[in-house]
Amino acid sequence: MRTLDIKLFRDLVRLWAQALAIALVIAGGVSTVVLAVGSLRSLEETRIAYYERHQFADVFALVRRAPKTLLTQIAEIPGVAAVQGRIAKLALLDIPQFSEPATGLFISLPEDRQPALNRLYIRLGRMPEPGRGDEVVVTEGFAKAHAFRPGSHFAAILNGRKRDLVVVGIALSPEFIYAIGPGDRMPDERRFAIVWMSEKALASVYNLDGAFSSVILSLMRDASEGEVITRLDALLDRYGGQAAYGREDQTSHAFLEHGLDMLRNMSRTLPPIFLLVAAFLINVTLSRIVALEREQIGLLKALGYRNAAVAWHYIKFIVVIVTIGVVIGSAAGTWLGTFVTEMYGDFYRFPFRVFVQSSDVYVAAAALSLGAAIVGAVRALRDIVTLPPAVAMQPPAPPRFRRLLPANFAIRNVLSQPAVMMVRNISGHPIRAMFTIAGMSLATGILIASLFLNGTMEALIDVTYFLSDRQDATVSFVERRPLKAVNQIARLPGILAAEPFREVPVRIRNGNIDRRIMISGRPRDADLNRIIDTDLHPVVLPEAGLALSSWLVHILGTQVGDFVEIDLLEGRRRTVSLPVTALVEDYFGIQGMMHFDALARLMREAPAVNSVSVSLDANERDRFYDAIKSMPTVSGVALQRVSLANFRDALAVLVTTMANIYIGLAAVIAFGVVYNSARISLSERARELASLRVLGFTRGEVLRILLLELAVLTLLAQPPGWAIGYGLAWTLQTKMAGELMRTRLVVEHSTYVLASAMVIAAALFSALVVRRRINQLDLVTVLKTRD
Amino acid sequence: MADLVFSARALTKTYTSGETQVLALRALDLEIFAGEVVVLLGPSGSGKSTLLNIMGGLDHATSGQLFFRDQELTNLDDRGLTAYRRQHVGFVFQFYNLIPSLTAYENVALVTEISDHPMRPDEALALVGLEPRVHHFPAQLSGGEQQRVAIARAIAKRPDVLLCDEPTGALDSKTGIRVIEALLGINAQLGTTVLIITHNASIQDVADRVLFFADGQISRVHKNKARRTAAELVW
Repeated sequence: MRTLDIKLFRDLVRLWAQALAIALVIAGGVSTVVLAVGSLRSLEETRIAYYERHQFADVFALVRRAPKTLLTQIAEIPGVAAVQGRIAKLALLDIPQFSEPATGLFISLPEDRQPALNRLYIRLGRMPEPGRGDEVVVTEGFAKAHAFRPGSHFAAILNGRKRDLVVVGIALSPEFIYAIGPGDRMPDERRFAIVWMSEKALASVYNLDGAFSSVILSLMRDASEGEVITRLDALLDRYGGQAAYGREDQTSHAFLEHGLDMLRNMSRTLPPIFLLVAAFLINVTLSRIVALEREQIGLLKALGYRNAAVAWHYIKFIVVIVTIGVVIGSAAGTWLGTFVTEMYGDFYRFPFRVFVQSSDVYVAAAALSLGAAIVGAVRALRDIVTLPPAVAMQPPAPPRFRRLLPANFAIRNVLSQPAVMMVRNISGHPIRAMFTIAGMSLATGILIASLFLNGTMEALIDVTYFLSDRQDATVSFVERRPLKAVNQIARLPGILAAEPFREVPVRIRNGNIDRRIMISGRPRDADLNRIIDTDLHPVVLPEAGLALSSWLVHILGTQVGDFVEIDLLEGRRRTVSLPVTALVEDYFGIQGMMHFDALARLMREAPAVNSVSVSLDANERDRFYDAIKSMPTVSGVALQRVSLANFRDALAVLVTTMANIYIGLAAVIAFGVVYNSARISLSERARELASLRVLGFTRGEVLRILLLELAVLTLLAQPPGWAIGYGLAWTLQTKMAGELMRTRLVVEHSTYVLASAMVIAAALFSALVVRRRINQLDLVTVLKTRD
Repeated sequence: MADLVFSARALTKTYTSGETQVLALRALDLEIFAGEVVVLLGPSGSGKSTLLNIMGGLDHATSGQLFFRDQELTNLDDRGLTAYRRQHVGFVFQFYNLIPSLTAYENVALVTEISDHPMRPDEALALVGLEPRVHHFPAQLSGGEQQRVAIARAIAKRPDVLLCDEPTGALDSKTGIRVIEALLGINAQLGTTVLIITHNASIQDVADRVLFFADGQISRVHKNKARRTAAELVW
């Protein structure tokens, strides 16, 4: 078989451009899978390792003030492995040369040692020394944002008194991978810090000697989280405990989980589609390439080669191409996977990364590609080797062309002769035309599925930041304040409008499905915090009842008009039943909304606020900041403009980069498909085109005949491509939707245009290559020999 | 009388082309003997190539019988015909049908690798006078040289029969004569039975027998009293 192998090698060299284009299609499919699964597994393993090494707690609870002696009782709850009592307080920070008000979450550290749970990863510096009440450790993001190093100073207003603090250490914590300040939607590392300081110092500031305000627990492997939480709540109730919660309601964990979940859903949706599309395309392409070898197959058989030997020869040809594709795809996928893991790791500030080798993914992707390629080749081979060699060595019989229109309707009068040839050629090979169109439609489709994400995110920003939450800033209070606090804020410099905002934690239940959410109370005619219904119109809050996120309504399996059960988790705990009266279109979190007064009646309290939404005169911003900084009741100010910028930054990492990688790979696949279509149809019709040249057609005319067909097929492929793209986008959007974030499916017109433009550009490039080939057509050789 | 190589009884071949049926061979009877040089003459569509393809195991007959020695070819399946071609038959086609990506040597090696007692490829190429061109690709060879590579490829396995379909069809007279010379040389040296299809009536003089074809049948058989050499041919 040695000589056949030489033929194999020389054929590969001759067809290098096409072989490479096919290999790239395979590489595109393989690398998406390798990249997606590799980065996801690495990040999941990194998180597990981080949580384990730093003893991340399982259950969290806040109390007003509880004696430390209670910790022994908590430790005795069955299933509890470890308990850590600590002080946790929000306070405004005063940072040199930084006008905006920043907030710190102060957390106490045991003297002279790491806490048993939620241990710190010290990046730089050290822990505070015992007895040094001014020494603090701060989060790395905050330190970087202000160029703080050990030795840097800043001030904080702790319990109404300004204190100077010195940074001695910079740290990371599994509890604050994602740290969001009060009233904020996105982390802002400039304006929100976790500040760890000595327990003794913090206790004396807040009069919490021998007491704690936060407790965290780790559980035994077989413990029931629900039971522990129930017992813990019972113990903490009389000390002003807010309902305890598990990891899934812990902000940092939930956001990290959501980020990974988006990655997970992207990797479960797009890459398999890419790989299947690539598999389909190589199946079709290789089937056509093998079909072109018909005469050589006939010759080999005439010379006495057995069917199996001939088939094996072509399968080897395909194995080589697929192997090249799989190698390129695996290398690119591994590299991209490492890149994505690093990027996510940096974004989440993981102290280390665990890279997981996923050999099973390589094998599965390679097997699928190879399988699809071989099936395609064997389909063509089966048709050819069953022909007697005498027949195979002849060119295939011309297809039976039909008149598409009655004979007396002279199509010639409407279309030029080349156009007639094009129409007949397409209608004479309907299956071939259909496969070509299908290939290009899929290419357009996967491009749309990668491109639409950016448009969808813009739509989300539009609704969230410009339709719904239109305030410039949200001022949050340390504790709930009477309604007159709104007037205080409204009188601050630069305030154009102020609206009260009350938030109450509740557990909402329908049947056996429940969720922990916040119910917000807003004025009926709220103009800053507007409520947007599912038709994107602002709606007025109904006097009675509850407006719910439409996603929450979907989770609970309820509908407008139904009653849901509400456990109030603040103030006097009780359970009430409320009607769902409106659906709200929102994309972040799940929540309930009520009329401000109705919520106060429900809480059996005088109208109170947790925060105030304000609209600001931009020229007065600094005076407003200064005024806020002197208000001890304020825990923080969230700025919409900053939140949006941070949201865009986060999107850039979590969505845009991934989407761009997928766009790139989709473009590679699209190009490979179109290029191969053009090259193969040139080979299939080389004799016919050379005959036309002999008859006196110019190169330009011959080229036009071929390209006209490519152009028509490319254009015909676009509308189904748009439909496929929309379907894929819908699938992806549906899979990526979650409780923390979801999107409205928006596929912009420009997305369709861009996807089609990319496919058409690939077609134009292919046309240029084909033109060079047509100029090189050797007329005599093509007519005389049948290679 | 020499041994019988081929014998055909009522051999019939019908092609279905679209809605029309074409009768390519009509109940043809034929005998070919070992060591003979036979020329098949006749207009296009008279059935020469169809007969040659069936004799070479490249195509199936519709009905009738064809024997190679004692073996009935018309009974063989695809696998049997492949083995028959591999062991006994060498082909020379009008358009040479060389593999363009293989050199002259390699095109011959393609066959010697799957034969039981082949010559060395260079030996076969020497027989057709192509020693200096063994490492050239088909595109670097003239038409006559390409056809001689095809002949070398056909004879390298030491076949019992050499079936040549218009071997000089694409060649000028001088080159054509060299090709015929090569074929007769093989017949003389190896005793191979040679069947040549041609449109060129002057080639008939080199044959032992000439079979004239018309409408799927042998209309006439002519026996040459004396065979001319290739050098004596003129066209």
